[in-house]
Amino acid sequence: MPTQTEQIARPRRSVRGAAELRVRRAGMPQRLSGGLFGLAGLAVLALVWELYKSFGPADGVILGGVTVLPRTTDLAMPHLFVMAERLFEPVTGAASASPLWLAVLQGSLFTLGIAAVGWLVGVTVGLALALLMQRFRLAESAILPWIILSQTVPLIAIAPLVRRWGAQIQFGEFTWESWMSVALIASYLAFFPVSIGALRGLGSPDANHVDLMHCYAVGWWKTLWRLRLPASVSYLLPALRLAAVSAVVGSVVAEVSIGLRGGIGRLIVEYAGAAGGDPGKPWAPIFGSILVGLVAAGFVGLISLFLRRFRRGEAA
Amino acid sequence: MTGIVPAVEVQGVTRRFAARKGPGVTALDDVSLTVAPGEFVSLIGPSGCGKSTLLRLVADLDVPTSGSIEVFGKPARQARIDQDYGIAFQQAGLLPWRTVAGNIELPLELHGAGKAARRRRAAELIALVGLSDFAGHYPDQLSGGMQQRVAIARSLAESPSLLLMDEPFGALDEMTRERMQNELVRICAETQAAVVFVTHSIPEAVFLSTRVVVMSPRPGRIRSIVSVGLGEMSGRSEDLREDEGFFRALSQVRELLHGDEAAPTGARGVERR
Ligand SMILES: Nc1ncnc2c1ncn2[C@@H]1O[C@H](COP(=O)(O)OP(=O)(O)OP(=O)(O)O)[C@@H](O)[C@H]1O
Ligand SMILES: [Mg+2]
Repeated sequence: MPTQTEQIARPRRSVRGAAELRVRRAGMPQRLSGGLFGLAGLAVLALVWELYKSFGPADGVILGGVTVLPRTTDLAMPHLFVMAERLFEPVTGAASASPLWLAVLQGSLFTLGIAAVGWLVGVTVGLALALLMQRFRLAESAILPWIILSQTVPLIAIAPLVRRWGAQIQFGEFTWESWMSVALIASYLAFFPVSIGALRGLGSPDANHVDLMHCYAVGWWKTLWRLRLPASVSYLLPALRLAAVSAVVGSVVAEVSIGLRGGIGRLIVEYAGAAGGDPGKPWAPIFGSILVGLVAAGFVGLISLFLRRFRRGEAA
Repeated sequence: MTGIVPAVEVQGVTRRFAARKGPGVTALDDVSLTVAPGEFVSLIGPSGCGKSTLLRLVADLDVPTSGSIEVFGKPARQARIDQDYGIAFQQAGLLPWRTVAGNIELPLELHGAGKAARRRRAAELIALVGLSDFAGHYPDQLSGGMQQRVAIARSLAESPSLLLMDEPFGALDEMTRERMQNELVRICAETQAAVVFVTHSIPEAVFLSTRVVVMSPRPGRIRSIVSVGLGEMSGRSEDLREDEGFFRALSQVRELLHGDEAAPTGARGVERR
């Protein structure tokens, strides 16, 4: 995640000099090799896990009374195949219980749905704030500090507040439900990178291009549509990706702090209790949350595929 | 000249940039200049003498501290709103996410031209600047000179009767530069547009211009104006570079530029200011 933050913070659009700059386009082979490296990394991780489990001391590595590496018992570090096997066994001993993977998948979809709503709301709010700040200088100095401050409030603190306020909302048919609180909290995390990234992106066009639009005597909206928005794409995409990941993390954490049933967050807490006799079980919802994160990031990747044209300025 | 509305009429224009501390910079001091329709006028002078500033004022990208600027008899602002001029900056300034054709169509699109008309005009202009094989390419796939040609085509898109160009060939090598100059001469002959052209190159200014405006720095003033008198645009060709009149005008401008206080005696065709 630090790399994504860096991507937002540092504009990658280089100054066009007299020298000819060519885009180093991420072609298919490059993307493929990226995927291979990712898989290789995963394999190495698995290998390290199993090696340490086989050869590490049973009581873990303790330095000066502090445990720096975990114990290698089957309880603390189950074999990977134990985790995998567990996925295909029923959730509980009850005869009617569905397989674990199905329960986790359902939880994942539930959380993914909430995260998606949170992401959409967050992106909308973030973009709106960025547009407002770009349009009015005054708005920037009035709003920006609050946006940054907003992220210093810990999630744990706002979750109960949101829940309590939400419970009081009711008009006509509409009643506020717990999942909406979770989505709201997810959006609270998601809007931040979008507003900051979009603000930078909207301000990124060269003075040259802005002058050109002025020469063409076009107004703010047309300049926005033809110049500022396209120019902001390369800032916006990393922000959207970060927002997607934040929305997922926010949803999981908020599910736990609000106590919403049905999602990954709840499963993590629930299954953690079972760790004593069933060491493979708690890992299932963790894989589930990773899956949700991957799907969310993949979705943004799909968006960026469609917006490829607007990233041409990113010369190496 | 009576009865003909000049393309550009700059009268007693001063532009002072205020500084936070100190007196600020007087970029232009009491500059007056008239450009007739269809005339090619070059601005030449040492770096920082206010050439770009003058051009920006005419384009209404900036407003003068005092004095008045009229373009085709209208205030500069109105002329900008009416799209009376086309402009090309020192950097090509193409939008990287638009193809060559897309970039040239940009002003037409912004001003609501129909799709078919846009296509047709862009194809015309692309042929004019000799980039027909590259219409679908993106700017990052073009050389610097090609990008510059696209920018020039873009400035011509709406057939303006005034062209403002700020060192458009500044980044080009000598060969490309001369070819582009020839092309510009051809384009101007075809479109009959008036041109205000900023350059650092004396041969370029002399080859292209009806008149060369020599400026002096700090505060930016017009030192003198050399009438080149090399004949009509349409009659200009490569041979002109070997012409005797070309060399005479060349040395005149050079003396004016270099011989600061020791100004040359009133040579033919030089108006004193
Ligand atoms: N926006 C600005 N703010 C303050 N000073 C400026 C500004 N623009 C130009 N100047 C000053 O005005 C003077 C003239 O600048 P200008 O860009 O017109 O020079 P120029 O003749 O185009 O030079 P060059 O040939 O190097 O492009 C310079 O001294 C510059 O410092
Ligand atoms: Mg300049």
